[in-house]
Amino acid sequence: MKDSVANPILDIRDLHVHFPVGGQFLSRSKRTLHAVSGVNLALAEGECLSIVGESGCGKSTTALAVMGLQEPTSGEILFEGNSIIGENAPDRMARARIAQMVFQDPYASLNPRQTVYRSLAAPLRLHGTSAKSEIEDRVADILKKVDLRPEHATRFPHEFSGGQRQRIGIARALILDPRILMLDEPVSALDVSVRAQIINLLLDLQEDMSLSFVMISHDLGVVEHMSDRVAVMYFGQIVELGPWNAIFANPTHPYTRKLIATIPDPDTVLHPDRAVAVGKYVAPPAGYRFHPQSVNRPDVYAAPEASQLVEIGPGHVVRCQPD
Amino acid sequence: MTPLLELKGLHVGIPARRKTFEIVSDVSFSIMPGEAFGLVGESGSGKSLTALSLIRLLKSPLKVTAGEILFKGDDLRGLSDRAMRKLRGERIAMIFQEPMTALNPLKTVGRQIAEMFVLHQGKSWAEALKMAVDALADVKVPAPEERVRAYPFQMSGGMRQRVMIAIALACDPDLLIADEPTTALDVTVQDEVLKLIAELCSARGTAVLLISHDLGVIANMCQRVGVMYSGRLVEERDTYDVFADPQHPYTKGLLGALPRLGSRHGAAGRQRLVDIDSLITDKSSLLEKFYFEPRHAVRDPRLRAGGPP
Repeated sequence: MKDSVANPILDIRDLHVHFPVGGQFLSRSKRTLHAVSGVNLALAEGECLSIVGESGCGKSTTALAVMGLQEPTSGEILFEGNSIIGENAPDRMARARIAQMVFQDPYASLNPRQTVYRSLAAPLRLHGTSAKSEIEDRVADILKKVDLRPEHATRFPHEFSGGQRQRIGIARALILDPRILMLDEPVSALDVSVRAQIINLLLDLQEDMSLSFVMISHDLGVVEHMSDRVAVMYFGQIVELGPWNAIFANPTHPYTRKLIATIPDPDTVLHPDRAVAVGKYVAPPAGYRFHPQSVNRPDVYAAPEASQLVEIGPGHVVRCQPD
Repeated sequence: MTPLLELKGLHVGIPARRKTFEIVSDVSFSIMPGEAFGLVGESGSGKSLTALSLIRLLKSPLKVTAGEILFKGDDLRGLSDRAMRKLRGERIAMIFQEPMTALNPLKTVGRQIAEMFVLHQGKSWAEALKMAVDALADVKVPAPEERVRAYPFQMSGGMRQRVMIAIALACDPDLLIADEPTTALDVTVQDEVLKLIAELCSARGTAVLLISHDLGVIANMCQRVGVMYSGRLVEERDTYDVFADPQHPYTKGLLGALPRLGSRHGAAGRQRLVDIDSLITDKSSLLEKFYFEPRHAVRDPRLRAGGPP
């Protein structure tokens, strides 16, 4: 089922990513790992869409496919209605101005031998800004936007704290004025106090620069705080998708319920009744059943069992099997 | 009842020629037998060093410079290295964040568990290996008879952490120190491992000192919690009280900085979280009542002198 968003800025249609596994020299047993099996997702302009799920569920692979860093097996990815993969895709230069990525570990994603200025100026030069004064202005501008000082530009990544490095990572992603920011676990490597500052910064930037976010995270507290819509992925498929309040107030798929019930949240100490409410069984819509009723681990080497997303509320869909 | 463990004015630091650079200052708390006590704080707050100093695992040049560590009434600081080694693992056990680095990659997990019975209880290897199977079954590793012959790399992160727990609890210690035991794990696996620790320890009456940066984990596991900030224990109370009515401004800030479930319901738009560093505005009034100052500016003499060397 297509994700129903009017005039999406990004539209992922029936995305499949398969990896051949084990087919080494002279070995015959080649298997196919179904990392992403039929993902439909649309991103409205200016919204924050979060993808949650455990490690290995395909959330990062989906993001990499959007970034053009992973060739999809099949499916379409449209930006403002035009395909950005396959034959008629725009070149890398044009793609770089569509979507940029912020990574989990800011230190690993910055070149340790380049000053912040060089890291930030290189994309500008490649994209045709040649005047030195203009480059300097834009670097200073972007540093100010992420609450760093212009003089930080002359320093190297190792001279910064983790939170400052993540600010540089965000500045690097924003320097070309992309329309979409892919945030891959943007705050999970950070301490509580720094994490709060980066979350605030991302929310401010989104409003100021009218950015659209796709955020990948396993921290449901952060997801609830930042998202407009939430997609829950489980073994390569979206099992539940909906507005943030529907997902958190009325989680329906057994996996979503398990995820929400297992978050260690300090409020369960204050309101023990809430954890119990999430644990209660919710029946699938009439005529359907949930496949992993008790959340068993499916076989990643087989194509998933036939199933469909059934609408159970406005914009809130859940994956069930026809009875 | 006498506390199982009592810390009185613990100081940890690096002694230098003229002065000692203090990293943990004046930490005092006690743990009753069978109680779960949580230490929460951000990186660098000194929570891990506090735990390591308890079982004398501090690496040089770090040293306990002052204070008493009373375990069942005896001061551990006066113990010989030999006596300390016997105590470690037998009476006080520890599990670490990353089970892959804590386990020996060249030995089967069964052998590593059995080692505990051989070294501490004088069992024969054959007997000890049989006991290891039971120990694996206790931590709910499926098919323990086969897994006992597995090497650490053949197991998932959650399973490895279960093996660590089996090793730690092999000799029925009185106190289990768990330093960020689930930080490297997925949420659902984290939940299983935490439940396992809680279950086993309450069944055996083992006291737990749980160290975590995750307030949620601490809230769900511990009866009492100590909040550490910049090398000091700034608040130490019952868990419910800390979360319902935090007293110290840092604790308040920490709770406000946490994106908590349900906090957005009923609120208009997306709210901003509390920026702890910006709370430190009127220093003098805060300092009088609480210890609360910018975390590096005062404590790190290098930064005070103007930037790293």
